[in-house]
Amino acid sequence: MSFTLPDLPYAHDALQPFMSKETLEYHHDKHHLAYVNNGNNAIKGTEFEGKSLEEIVKGSYGKNPAVFNNAGQHYNHLHFWKWMKPNGGGKIPGALEKAIVDAFGSVDKFKEDFVAAGVGQFGSGWAWLEVKGGKLAVSKTPNGESPLVNGATPILGVDVWEHSYYIDYRNRRPDYLKAFLESLVNWEYVAELYDAAKA
Amino acid sequence: MTEFTALSRRGALRLGAAVLTIAAAPKVWAQAAAPAAPTGPFSLPKRSYEANALEPHIDAQTMDIHYNRHHAAYVAALNNAAKDNGVIAKASLADLLADLGQLPDNLRTVVRNNGGGHANHSMFWEVMGPGAGGAPGGDLAAAITRDLGGFDKFKADFEAAGLRVFGSGWVFVTVDRGGRLAVLPRPNQDSPLMEKQLVLFGNDVWEHAYYLKYQNRRADYLKSWWNVVDWSKIGARYAAAKAGTLAI
Ligand SMILES: [Fe+2]
Ligand SMILES: [Fe+2]
Repeated sequence: MSFTLPDLPYAHDALQPFMSKETLEYHHDKHHLAYVNNGNNAIKGTEFEGKSLEEIVKGSYGKNPAVFNNAGQHYNHLHFWKWMKPNGGGKIPGALEKAIVDAFGSVDKFKEDFVAAGVGQFGSGWAWLEVKGGKLAVSKTPNGESPLVNGATPILGVDVWEHSYYIDYRNRRPDYLKAFLESLVNWEYVAELYDAAKA
Repeated sequence: MTEFTALSRRGALRLGAAVLTIAAAPKVWAQAAAPAAPTGPFSLPKRSYEANALEPHIDAQTMDIHYNRHHAAYVAALNNAAKDNGVIAKASLADLLADLGQLPDNLRTVVRNNGGGHANHSMFWEVMGPGAGGAPGGDLAAAITRDLGGFDKFKADFEAAGLRVFGSGWVFVTVDRGGRLAVLPRPNQDSPLMEKQLVLFGNDVWEHAYYLKYQNRRADYLKSWWNVVDWSKIGARYAAAKAGTLAI
């Protein structure tokens, strides 16, 4: 099963002003497409042909950088588009909110930790809310890595590669991360992944 | 270097305490929004040209943000680390980077990222200039032919190495005391200086170096960059490397 680029679940201009049409045109139509195409080329003729995306990500980590980088980024971006929605942010569904308060002390403390993880990721990478051993945690990973390679399940992630925010925020990564949490996150999708990870 | 080897056990413990303060305040990017005047031993080097001098190959806005925000943030973070730390405050940048192993873990990462960023960008501004481009001459041209297969092959290999850097990083040309050259890509702000090698020159392939003008087209940026490379400056660095006087 080869990789294919999914359509964005909303129009390219639907996340403005927090994420511009131009950013999504490059980020989805060019960057994500390149991961899809380069991934398909790298996988051709390897043991990973025909495997599921998650199997490829976990199996190629530390073994085949060309496959891993592209498969990892394909996985991360597939979810990233769904982790956002127009008029996002706002109220977190009850059960998930309770789990966040239990794990971090408060929703605000979770947000603070999540932003700090994103700001603290030096260079390209991602910041995450993950389920590990049944517990919620915040983490960060470089480049195309994700909680998957650390034995955890990501339920929310934000791309902190500069291509994700440079057009709209320039060097101001903290502003981008705050806008992501306050105005973009699709908490219903996060709750869905949380329920699946707990099950 | 001597300062590192002379570090007492007590000194090392004090370093460790300083690190905790730094690690607890992840404010590097926040500082980038408003770089203060230098408040420590490290400072932004003067650029010998204006921000718009490399147009159209590198746009003025990119040059401005890159120098006044990104580079300034590395300098500010390094000065912050030096504030409570005699070793960082006194050692030369080249010595600091060559001896990262002597620093305690958290401080090592701060200096690796921000000291590396300071050294790499200082070199970067130096080797570019307006009305530049063309080809190297003299013994540098001969060394490129001898070690890198000629100027055209070298340029193609250098661009390919820059394209292969996955995520943030640099592609460098290193030089040894004998004048031998090699192409060396490195991630993030790592520098060949951290491996006790000298940097002849290098190109920044972090997306911030090209995104406003080239977006996802890193290959175009790498190709265009040759137009702003100042071979007379690089020739001077080459002579300094062989004379043993090239620092960063
Ligand atoms: Fe991305
Ligand atoms: Fe840079």
